[in-house]
Amino acid sequence: MAIADQKVQEFSERLVTAEEIKGRSLWQDASRRFFRNKAAFASLIVLTLVVLFTFVGPYFAVWSNEEIDWSVLGQVPTKGVPSFESGHFFGTDDLGRDLYSRVIQGTQISLLVGIIGAGIAVLVGTFYGAVAGYFGGRIDSAMMRTVDILLAIPYMFILILLLMVFGRSVLMLFVGIGLVSWLGMARIVRGQTLSIKNKEFVEAALVTGVHPFTIIFRHIVPNLLGVVAVYATLLVPEMILTESFISFLGLGVQEPNTSWGALISQGASTIQYGTLWQLLFPLFFFVISLFSFYFIGDGLRDALDPKDR
Amino acid sequence: MSEAETMLSVDNLKVYFDIKPEGAMLWTKPLRLKAVDGVSFDLKKGETLGIVGESGCGKSTLARAVISMVPSESGRVVWMGSDILGLPVDKMRPLRREIQMIFQDPLASLDPRMTIGEIIAEPLKTHMRNLKPKEIKERVQAMMDKVGLLPNQINRYPHEFSGGQCQRIGIARSLILEPKLVICDEPVSALDVSIQAQVINLLTRLQKELGISLIFIAHDLSVVKHISDRVLVLYLGNAVEMSDGDELYMRPRHPYTQLLISAVPIPDPEIEQNREVDLIKGELPSPINPPSGCVFRTRCPRVQEKCAKEKPVLQTIEGTHQVACHFPLD
Amino acid sequence: MSLLEVRNLFVDFSTPDGTVHAVTDVSFSIAKGETLAIVGESGSGKSQIVFAAMGLLADNGKARGEVLFEGRNLLALKQAQLNNVRANDIAMIFQDPMTSLNPYMRVSEQMTEVLVLHKGMSKSAAHAESVRMLEAVKIPDARSVIRRYPHECSGGMRQRIMIAMSLLCRPKLLIADEPTTALDVTVQAQIMHLLSEIQQEFGTAIILITHDLGVVAGSCENTLVLYGGRILEYGPTRDLFASPAQPYTKGLLSALPRLDEDGEELHTIPGNPPNMMLDIKGCPFAPRCTYRVAECAETMPPLVNFEGGRLRACHVAIEDLK
Repeated sequence: MAIADQKVQEFSERLVTAEEIKGRSLWQDASRRFFRNKAAFASLIVLTLVVLFTFVGPYFAVWSNEEIDWSVLGQVPTKGVPSFESGHFFGTDDLGRDLYSRVIQGTQISLLVGIIGAGIAVLVGTFYGAVAGYFGGRIDSAMMRTVDILLAIPYMFILILLLMVFGRSVLMLFVGIGLVSWLGMARIVRGQTLSIKNKEFVEAALVTGVHPFTIIFRHIVPNLLGVVAVYATLLVPEMILTESFISFLGLGVQEPNTSWGALISQGASTIQYGTLWQLLFPLFFFVISLFSFYFIGDGLRDALDPKDR
Repeated sequence: MSEAETMLSVDNLKVYFDIKPEGAMLWTKPLRLKAVDGVSFDLKKGETLGIVGESGCGKSTLARAVISMVPSESGRVVWMGSDILGLPVDKMRPLRREIQMIFQDPLASLDPRMTIGEIIAEPLKTHMRNLKPKEIKERVQAMMDKVGLLPNQINRYPHEFSGGQCQRIGIARSLILEPKLVICDEPVSALDVSIQAQVINLLTRLQKELGISLIFIAHDLSVVKHISDRVLVLYLGNAVEMSDGDELYMRPRHPYTQLLISAVPIPDPEIEQNREVDLIKGELPSPINPPSGCVFRTRCPRVQEKCAKEKPVLQTIEGTHQVACHFPLD
Repeated sequence: MSLLEVRNLFVDFSTPDGTVHAVTDVSFSIAKGETLAIVGESGSGKSQIVFAAMGLLADNGKARGEVLFEGRNLLALKQAQLNNVRANDIAMIFQDPMTSLNPYMRVSEQMTEVLVLHKGMSKSAAHAESVRMLEAVKIPDARSVIRRYPHECSGGMRQRIMIAMSLLCRPKLLIADEPTTALDVTVQAQIMHLLSEIQQEFGTAIILITHDLGVVAGSCENTLVLYGGRILEYGPTRDLFASPAQPYTKGLLSALPRLDEDGEELHTIPGNPPNMMLDIKGCPFAPRCTYRVAECAETMPPLVNFEGGRLRACHVAIEDLK
């Protein structure tokens, strides 16, 4: 220790003059590449605008999402058209409710479903997969066979059953989607972990005597976050689609709440009465959001995968 | 150096791997791959032991088995007087502080998401938990200075450094706990010639300064000879010869060592173009099914009947020169 | 006339972080049956020279200058014509033979395919020729080896197979890019021995790209030393090794630990390799050079002939390099 102390002494004196150089992390590199990708960057802006719209939009709304405009009822094709005068910016739905407020509310629900579903996948899937992959052997076999079994159950069936048994609520929807969303993530993370754990820097940590869980959180998880991020952004639209499908079947969120799926379903069913806006407004938000997520996912993949450079 | 105490003593160490043959069923008996088959050596304080051999000779496995990174089949590894082979993980952990390792691929051995300050500090954070962040930083910067890195680069990331600098970071990490033994697994083979010399000189200088012992693994005989006090030659998991480096080069006793030395090109056209290179014949046998008796007999120019029947053991033939051969060269 | 002549070759790569000047103003030539070593460290651009010549540059790479093969400029050829040259006249072997062997095809299929395609041989004739070529590269029991898949062969054997494949069309020039770097010394000795035999037997000119000075010493007539994408020294191997005329060559030779000598401390070249992203005005080696003068950082010294067949690029007079 004596040598070190002496060195430290000499050193602290010299340190005063030496300016520390800031490093450029791989994340910074990746974000630079991401923002250079025009499609991804534009998508990020679009998505931000959509999210912003769900927060700011309600302040401009004249009608709430459950109020029924009795003056429109019965004459929706003529009086329920989108107009600034009536306060129905996006028109009304078949029951005379304001579509503007309903689209905002539906967007909130749908995005929330997507983000929470993907969030659960990230948290549970990453941890589960990293542990299984790192420890390997019997633990890995047991954990991954469990995932295989869960994947083998037709999840749409389970989800529908859940909603029937426990009643239709947003909470149940989250629980159902969260239950299945992490399975794919766990598999991907495990595969990545297997390759990372054979890298020399993990061996270096092992030789030093670092605790296994510290290795997982300090060395393995940060190095697979790139893959996780890509997969998560692609998972969000998948979750939204799942929810939309369930709502389309009439099992999703409960009235007066709504979601993209429910709105599109209703819009599609009244299309023959000439109320095209009832389909187009929710569809527009649905499509641009999904496209944005996909482009962002692609952009992230290109930015985080240095091999492609 | 001969008076110094023995730090590490490895006795008849065997490392076998079970591998499944192609198309194996669950109940198929696995094949045994004899990666290290009974190797013994001693290491004294402050000494450098070089281990050379070609790929597949088990040199990296041997080093990893010594520090229990790879499970061993049998044998003894005595570190500072106590047997450490097969110790449970938590008993082994304090020892990790005394034995550190440097790796072959400079960039791959550093976590790309961590700054080099965090990388070098990791052993400190693991073994000296009560250190304050400021103390850690001071020690890291002092160590960076010692290995020839500018301390103001502490916040940069590994990919911003060249291969030689990355290897310096690796060396700093291995020395920060002031270990007694550092195992260097091919530390310079991935580096360019001009950088290789820098790293070798750094290692020798630090070794003298800190009085550590080194186990230096490499396939490059000239590098090993340069840095080592003694050299152990491995072939197919067996020690075939061990001697002082110069002696080994001047008077190799084992036919394999002689062929190995002959194959190393000398960077001098005058010598190289007029020299007759003895080419080794045949292919390396599989370690799953090594030859009976002497493992080198299938390729040996001096092979006789006895070689197939009896396995030669490593014997001292002169001074510190040991060889495992029934018919050693003069 | 020289077999291959490279004139003022520049190779640039455009990357998101800027342009990498991999090769800058490189000119050299190789005669029929000659062996030339291109020596340099990683990032010196040694492989990019031949990649550019063969039209194998990565998509973001661009080559300027002339590469004349028997008088034809390869850089100006159309893809089909270039393929023709590559198939019949110039062959290449790489560091890792697995990258150029198809893992899903037997050795026999890969070898006969070449002959059937380029020489119009019948299948059986091609097979017989392939076996003959494998025997020529000293593969024991060639008839059974040819039926194997690449992964069933050892590293040394794969490299022999690659050499055999490259010789099938009797090329005039064989380019070997670090052919022995991935191999053990004993196998390396075998392969280098084989290459020199082939050169004598077939009269093939060989360009050996390597970082290993020991390999160069034993096998090449002429040596080209590359650093930072520029030629620093060129000359007959014997003279170049005996009296290096450039500080970098000198440093490189003395930095090598030698088996036949006993030195306490290795001579080192201080510093690190140059950043190829930067526009280097002067000599790329200047920042690490112990002999440097003020001029070195300003202008790149020209490559001049200073003694029968030897070229050097250095501002410092030879007499001062002692």
